[in-house]
Amino acid sequence: MTEEIIIAGFGGQGVLSMGKILAYAALMDDLEVTWMPSYGPEQRGGTANVTVILSDSTISSPVLDTYDIAVILNQQSLDKFESHVKPGGMLIYDPSGIHHKPTRDDITVISVDAMTATIEMGNAKGYNMILLGALIKARPMVSIDAVLRGLKKALPERHHHLIPANEAALRRGMNLVVNE
Amino acid sequence: MNEEVRLMKGNEAIAHAAIRYGVDGYFGYPITPQSEVLETLEAEMPWETTGMVVLQAESEVASINMVYGGAATGKAVMTSSSSPGVSLMQEGISYIAAAELPALIVNVMRGGPGLGTIHPSQSDYFQATKGGGHGDYHLIVLAPATVQEMADFVGLGFDLAFKYRTPAMILADGIVGQMMEKVVLPPVRQRRTPEQITEQCPWAATGKSGRGHRNVVTSLELDSAIMEKNNERFQRTYAEIERNEVRFQSYYTDDCDYLIVAFGSVARICLKSIEEARKQGIKIGLIRPITLWPFPYEAIAEVAKQVKGILVVELNAGQMIEDVRLAVSHEMPVYHFGRMGGIVPNPLEVLNAFKSHFNN
Repeated sequence: MTEEIIIAGFGGQGVLSMGKILAYAALMDDLEVTWMPSYGPEQRGGTANVTVILSDSTISSPVLDTYDIAVILNQQSLDKFESHVKPGGMLIYDPSGIHHKPTRDDITVISVDAMTATIEMGNAKGYNMILLGALIKARPMVSIDAVLRGLKKALPERHHHLIPANEAALRRGMNLVVNE
Repeated sequence: MNEEVRLMKGNEAIAHAAIRYGVDGYFGYPITPQSEVLETLEAEMPWETTGMVVLQAESEVASINMVYGGAATGKAVMTSSSSPGVSLMQEGISYIAAAELPALIVNVMRGGPGLGTIHPSQSDYFQATKGGGHGDYHLIVLAPATVQEMADFVGLGFDLAFKYRTPAMILADGIVGQMMEKVVLPPVRQRRTPEQITEQCPWAATGKSGRGHRNVVTSLELDSAIMEKNNERFQRTYAEIERNEVRFQSYYTDDCDYLIVAFGSVARICLKSIEEARKQGIKIGLIRPITLWPFPYEAIAEVAKQVKGILVVELNAGQMIEDVRLAVSHEMPVYHFGRMGGIVPNPLEVLNAFKSHFNN
């Protein structure tokens, strides 16, 4: 099993953190994992993306040209990465702010309205966890249990009181995806 | 606890490995993409546990001279920076080499020249391997490709530096500094006691320490006859290092028709290109030099006997390629593929570059 994933959006949307929690979940499940960020000098705004590779064998390149799964959070990232999803792969995107929808018909395209769900939940910081929940439901590469244990490992103890809110966001995201 | 598998960035692994190795002092100045080394050390507060000194100096020039001073007393001391900062350190590095002192310098390279970019590069190969400062000296240069090697090379670098009394450098790129991977940190060692240092480092400036005389550490020798003797001694040490310490890793070289030579993270990118090429029936092998100095000339020459050509892939305009050409004495085509200024090629770009050179 190898999953080569790109998560891309604006800086500040939680792109890198989402990848980090996924990487920690992989650690919990004893998978090999690489987490390779790419971003500019700014903390917010600008584009940010992270390549996460999960595998049951040794991972060679942390840098990729095609991906099994792309999780896309803005138009620029959709324009940049849609063509780099492998045939038969998966593209998960948040439709808010997307003016030109994905056009590929040789991949599975899943629209996850995480922005609306975030607003309904009243927890702006849960946005990326909603998308992570959607991702692990659409492609069960790690269990929700591993993600929760990963969260506990990744967050410093003073932030552990935020885990229930993150779990709620993860489960909300899982419910947004209906597998065929 | 020592066997615990953890997930962290390469830069963080260097900091944790330094504490565990029993390093006495770290002196540094922040610069992207290696600031997590200093940040992690500050967060871990080793001065409260092992007694390790962690000091943010006022500049890179100050940092390297603090390393020079600490090393002269026999302490295990280190610094880390990125390309522009390492340029500032060159004078001090030359002095440390000339004073025959052990020290560890980490360069997590970013795109240059000048202030350049914060993104990954390998364009300090010449500076690291050919002597970035003045005079006939070498650093032992280790090029990690994984977060595990970032952790392991701290100990290896210090061990070699103390064995040969010469500074060692970890020459990493921004990729392996910034990426997270699984790592098992090295075992915890105690810092050496002053008595152990005096015993193990009879050259160290530690006062009289029962020796009856004080050691004086200097790189200055105004008597040219003596200075030539010093140089001859340095060269004997370098020759011994070249004999004993060449390290590299080979992949798919048993049956290869072509060879790629690449170091650091780029070697991993090339490995994926090679795996794809093999699916297409193109047999490429890979040699990844782990020590950039001493360079694995013989290993490359040996594999070169069986191949039709060599591609050297680097994040620069063509630096290590000069050593690869020396290894094969211009007996076959040796081409270069590189990206510059912080751009990192993906496996497909490497494979396409290979095909364009070798008409596959």
